[in-house]
Amino acid sequence: MTKDPGARIVGVERWGDYRLFAIEAPAVAREARPGQFLMIKISGQSAPLLRRPISIHARDGNRLGIFFQVAGKGTEILAAREEGDALDIIGPLGKGFTLDAGLQGERILCVGGGRGIAPIYFLAEELRVLGAHPVVLYGGKTAADIPLRPKFERAGLDLLCSTDDGSFGFPGLVTALAEKEIERGRPAFLFACGPDAMMKAASGLAAARGVPAEFSLESLMGCGIGACWGCVKRIRGEDGEGWVKICEDGPVFPRERIVWEGGDR
Amino acid sequence: MTDLAVDLGFLKLRNPVLTASGTFGYGLEFEPFLDLEALGGLVVKGLYYGPREGNPPPRLVETPSGLINAIGLQGIGVEAFAEKVLPRLARLKTAVIVNVCGETEDEYVRVVEFLGRKEGIAAFELNISCPNVRQGGACPALAPGTTRDLVRTVKRASRLPVIVKLSPNVTSIAEIAAAAEEGGADALSLVNTFLAMAIDIETRRPKLANVFGGLSGPAIRPIALRMVYQAAARVKIPVIGVGGIMTGADALEFLIAGAKAVEIGTANFVDPDAPVRIVRELQEFCERRGVSRIEDVIGTLELR
Repeated sequence: MTKDPGARIVGVERWGDYRLFAIEAPAVAREARPGQFLMIKISGQSAPLLRRPISIHARDGNRLGIFFQVAGKGTEILAAREEGDALDIIGPLGKGFTLDAGLQGERILCVGGGRGIAPIYFLAEELRVLGAHPVVLYGGKTAADIPLRPKFERAGLDLLCSTDDGSFGFPGLVTALAEKEIERGRPAFLFACGPDAMMKAASGLAAARGVPAEFSLESLMGCGIGACWGCVKRIRGEDGEGWVKICEDGPVFPRERIVWEGGDR
Repeated sequence: MTDLAVDLGFLKLRNPVLTASGTFGYGLEFEPFLDLEALGGLVVKGLYYGPREGNPPPRLVETPSGLINAIGLQGIGVEAFAEKVLPRLARLKTAVIVNVCGETEDEYVRVVEFLGRKEGIAAFELNISCPNVRQGGACPALAPGTTRDLVRTVKRASRLPVIVKLSPNVTSIAEIAAAAEEGGADALSLVNTFLAMAIDIETRRPKLANVFGGLSGPAIRPIALRMVYQAAARVKIPVIGVGGIMTGADALEFLIAGAKAVEIGTANFVDPDAPVRIVRELQEFCERRGVSRIEDVIGTLELR
């Protein structure tokens, strides 16, 4: 991991509350793996004080992509940045998705809900490099909440979309679409990132159908580097359950290790 | 080149910049970002005797120019620390200070007895002021009597110097500082965090699962500075200033107010290399002002 105060925004796309930035950051880009994240300095002032954890969306040579949604003051300030602006980033942080050579030739479901689609693009690209067949399931509340659809299509990735209000693609939750896809043929693996409720439902599906799965968890973070112990989630380990730092030991965990809030089902 | 070294009496530091417990992990987490040997020293995260689970999340909330935390001192305990972390820290040419916690007087004693036998620790920092581990923010540092008694007991058991970390959640910091000195403290560090809370107005629930937490960051700096000044004026032992220091200029305020050294806390989260930047900024200030020894700055507040 590197601190790069001189990263530069070299491309900005905007859709409502959503932003896609291309960032020139060679040292960080070189090491990045799908599922890892950056800690991005927001203000350089004392308010907002903390960096924001933003997952890595894509990599292209010396460039990284980030995709995020305005969710508060910090991301609002970040969203106003423009092409040419410098960005102070730390990364790549955390442990990413497990890209096992055993997935070669296999059909893999990659499920992204809302802004949780961010790391799924990088993951699907790397799965394809590995020789696996990723199928991306991209869900949003409305057609306006799946702005990356054309990007996946341009990349030639298999994409199925769902909207909660039925305004585009499969009408309903992305987990219902996932269930349909699992019924069509059991995938070798399921990866997911999105709201907790979505991932918990996807976890239940994976467990019921015996599909190995990994989930990328989200939390407010103080530091992103394992020092503050502020971002913990309930995780099972060899010595039983405990509060585990998702910045350092995650944010990606295998299904059987995650203790979802309110129980597993 | 200014001489940045400071002498706490029981411990000479390369420079006055330490890291604050709970904001610097066990130190090694920061190796990718800075040279640990460029620090005056580092204070590792508070240790109980055994591993400690900590509080349920949410544990953090950001507030204007600040951060409220209720981690609850989650940690690995002294045995894992001595086995896995300390040997690596002990090889560094920097002062390693271990923050010591206890549920009971007996536990504090067991921690200092166990770690006192290990190589590589320069001093203990006695944590009698964490607001997040007892009901309603209670801790021994809230009253002179409990402060004096606990410090005396731990001092008797400790082979190493003991720095006592004080709470700001008191009526008279000078009185508590004096009580710690009477108990035999070798130095004081202050302040720990301010007992605080935040509420989600939509759900009408506290934003922290623990309800209360400890406020740190630039928001508390002027209050911390005032308390350091009051404590330093009252006691003869060295005082270490802590509270929202983000820059060399901030650190200088504490030194001028009478602190012999400073601890950098929340700034480590924002910029993991903040402590070395602050050392550099102190150096630059001294060179600009023709100060040959940083000790010549300490306690030089001019009152008219």
